[in-house]
Amino acid sequence: MGDQAQLLPGTLDLLILRAVSLGPLHGYGILLRIGQISGNALLIEQGALYPGLFRLVRQGLLKANWGTSENNRRAKFYELTAAGRRRLREETDSWNRLATAIGTALAVQPEEI
Amino acid sequence: MRVLNSLGSLWERLFHRSTKNAEMEEELRSHIEHRADDLERSGLDRTEAERRARVEFGGYERYRQESHEAVGGQFFETVLADIRFSLRMLRKSPGFTIAAVLTLALAIGANAVVFAVLNALILRPIHAPEPQSLYAIQRGSDEAINHSYPDYRDLRDRNRSFDGLTAYNLASVGLDTGNNPTPAWIYEVTANYFDALKINPYLGRFFHASDEHGANSAPYIVLSYAYWQSRFQSDRGVVGRVVQLNKHPFTILGVAPPEFRGTLSFIFPDFWAPMVNQEQIEGSTVLNERGHRELLMVLGHLKAGVTPAQAIADLNSVGSYLEKTYPKEDGNMTFSLARPGLAGDWFGRPLRAFLVGLMMLAGLILLAACANLGSLFAARAADRGREVALRLALGASRRRILRGLFTEAILISLAGGTVGLAGSVALLRWLSAWRPLSSSPLQVAVNPDAKVYLVALLLALASGFLFGAVPVRQVLRTDPYQVVKSGSSVRMGQRMTVRDLLLVVQIAICAVLVTSSMVAVRGLMRSLESNFGFEPQNAMLLQTTLTMAGYMGERVPAMQRRMIDAVETIPGVKSVGSVDRPPLHYGANIANVFIDRTTDLKPANAAAQAAMYRISPEYFDAAGTAFLSGRALNWHDDKNAPRVAVVNRQFANKIFGSVPRAIGGYYKSGDGSRIQVVGIVEDGKYGTLTEDLQPAMFLSLLQSPSPVTSLVVRSHRDPGQLAAAIKSKVRELDQGLPVDIQTWNRELEGALFASRMATISLGVMGVMGAVLAITGIFGMAAYSVSKRLRELGIRIALGAQRKQVLEAALGRALRLLAFGSAAGLVLGVLASRVLAYIVYQATPRDPLVLACVVLAMLLLGLLATWIPAQRALSVNPLILLRDE
Repeated sequence: MGDQAQLLPGTLDLLILRAVSLGPLHGYGILLRIGQISGNALLIEQGALYPGLFRLVRQGLLKANWGTSENNRRAKFYELTAAGRRRLREETDSWNRLATAIGTALAVQPEEI
Repeated sequence: MRVLNSLGSLWERLFHRSTKNAEMEEELRSHIEHRADDLERSGLDRTEAERRARVEFGGYERYRQESHEAVGGQFFETVLADIRFSLRMLRKSPGFTIAAVLTLALAIGANAVVFAVLNALILRPIHAPEPQSLYAIQRGSDEAINHSYPDYRDLRDRNRSFDGLTAYNLASVGLDTGNNPTPAWIYEVTANYFDALKINPYLGRFFHASDEHGANSAPYIVLSYAYWQSRFQSDRGVVGRVVQLNKHPFTILGVAPPEFRGTLSFIFPDFWAPMVNQEQIEGSTVLNERGHRELLMVLGHLKAGVTPAQAIADLNSVGSYLEKTYPKEDGNMTFSLARPGLAGDWFGRPLRAFLVGLMMLAGLILLAACANLGSLFAARAADRGREVALRLALGASRRRILRGLFTEAILISLAGGTVGLAGSVALLRWLSAWRPLSSSPLQVAVNPDAKVYLVALLLALASGFLFGAVPVRQVLRTDPYQVVKSGSSVRMGQRMTVRDLLLVVQIAICAVLVTSSMVAVRGLMRSLESNFGFEPQNAMLLQTTLTMAGYMGERVPAMQRRMIDAVETIPGVKSVGSVDRPPLHYGANIANVFIDRTTDLKPANAAAQAAMYRISPEYFDAAGTAFLSGRALNWHDDKNAPRVAVVNRQFANKIFGSVPRAIGGYYKSGDGSRIQVVGIVEDGKYGTLTEDLQPAMFLSLLQSPSPVTSLVVRSHRDPGQLAAAIKSKVRELDQGLPVDIQTWNRELEGALFASRMATISLGVMGVMGAVLAITGIFGMAAYSVSKRLRELGIRIALGAQRKQVLEAALGRALRLLAFGSAAGLVLGVLASRVLAYIVYQATPRDPLVLACVVLAMLLLGLLATWIPAQRALSVNPLILLRDE
């Protein structure tokens, strides 16, 4: 637990979009999927997921339908809309640019300047 | 349609809200159960797994609320939720709620009433088209609005700035629609009146300038809508009917529209009649006399594009022409413009000042009420410190809590505003229908309009925010952990809290109100005690105008003498005298007088302006006016005898230098006749109660007759019986003479009306201030006692004396009271100087008034702390210490 990283503000939405892009998921499933694809390296309080989910639905990036989960319980399943797919692409690009820039900046050695 | 749609969607949202909420809850629960399933699979038992799942989920309430906000479009829902919560909180403390609502209702009601009167008299123009270009013409530096008819005609025909000038005058007439003469109040108007004001008839037609063809050529009348309803039962057939006006036939031409009630804001005519018929209406006419300024007002619309300054310059050039052409009659012909509704600035300015002053006092009341509620709210927020802290600890945002507090404040202020407005509307309806003086057509239409409702709403909202804002800092500073740990956020013994400050402010305001009202009441008492120069006790007044029954010329004084003789035969009557117009009856007739040597009798050379009365020989006896020296008038001072007068002491001093020199001396009247002074009487009040000493002259009604007649009947008999006896005597003389009989005291109400109204309104303000002071002190004292019951119990258990307990419980409240009262007293004395302009003989530097204020504040303090003191003293230490 101790080596988990705090989420940067705004990145939860991106993670949710990414998790859902791999197939429709219910809320708890999204959380498990994020853990799985990030190697359990991120600290997310479980409840914090939901305000983010509702926000994305309102923005029209996700759509939700009630269904039955693998545990045979009623759950709400989320999937990407076309707009959500587009947004995920844009956000991924801009994240990569940011990460590359910061990574490069941090990797610079004194003699390279 | 759009409104309907949005209402529909609002409804839908409200309706679906519960299902949406339930869905959200279900989803969150489903998450926890899924997690519990996983935990269960890892070996925990179900209960433990569910507990762990809930812990891992984090702040359930917080995320639920955040989710709520994330879903969006929840504005109405959160507001509704806040309102529901606030209503629940308010229902839990009904005493607080009722006290708060009533306090505000009182304050907002007072403001609404004062504003409505202000609105009706000052803000709202008279109901005529294009009121912004309508002006009355004032003359000279004393801003007189009366003019003579010839001057009016010159102004009308020679100015280039007005779109038609019209003039009118008030008159009291007898109207007979078939053997039922009743008095009515009319405007005598120039025939272009309705055209110049751009009014169109409701029924029939109006008279026009083209209907005037010289004296008595236009026997027409136009009814007001209200009079048409009350006297003619809205009969549409009245047009064309002939009625008897002072025994002369007049034809009803039409009815004015309902909203047009004349060109004064406080005297509504029953009907309008052309001024060219003045001789028929009043018995004599002054239309050809330039020196008789008997037109009440000259007014008209400015032409488009003409500014008031241009119009004044134009009028002044006409004025200098008049001064040059008629040096004998016209002097000081400079002009200014004023709004017509309040009869020009001489009357309008003090009234405006008084109403604005009253509005400020009402504002102070509202401020005091807000201070009162603010401290109540602060106390309440302190009591709810634990609740607030708990909610903060559980993740509620401070904004949400503040919004809740404001919702409460606004709910209370709206409820208070509604109750207050309802009360004031009832009061205003009554005021509008009220005819305060039986002897005059004084009436004010103060029916509330949209502006009044809007002001009340704004005041309610503003005060809600004002007192709602008091506890904000308190909430923002609340440290949840501290409160939850120690159990209470009350810190005793602070130097000066916001609450204390509010209480001092409130008490100071209340003391100002109490001081002003006491000063006013005292002033009125003095004005009632002062010497009028006549004795209104035990005197009846019969008022009539003989022209109403067709008396003219020589028949007028003859009839007056017959009336005096007839009434004198009534048993129990001591003396009867006649005067044309009793003193203090809405001003006095003023005439220029000249010293005997003056030959050029132009107004600028006048030695004085004196009040003029035309009396019968016995008038002084009947009126109770003290005779100083010389002889009284007698019935031999008639047309054939030399002209004589009795004057008052001030007249003697001013014209002749002293009383002895005046007896037998001569002076001249404006028409050039020499008048000999034969007697001197005491000074009195003639025009208004507040006037300085005025010269007055009393002429013989035989030598200068007037059809306006007031019989003064002095008798100790019961007024009711006496009135009936007088009436039957006059009936024996003439069936068709309408008369008005009342006690002189009653008639004087007109003279005292202004200061009496001022005193009543200030008195009401004072009482409201006192009530607010009581509730404020009571609230503070009761609160501090209830907070410290435990401490007081311990003190009593340890053997504290009654005095010490009281000192501990109430000392602070009383100290604040003393501090606030002192501040208020000083401010009140300063404010009362303003009052001295309105209320006769009102002076704040009156030891009695100051003593009364101090006593009143003391009594209020005692009254307000009585119950809390009893409660503090009756503390039972055993019970208290056992609790908790």
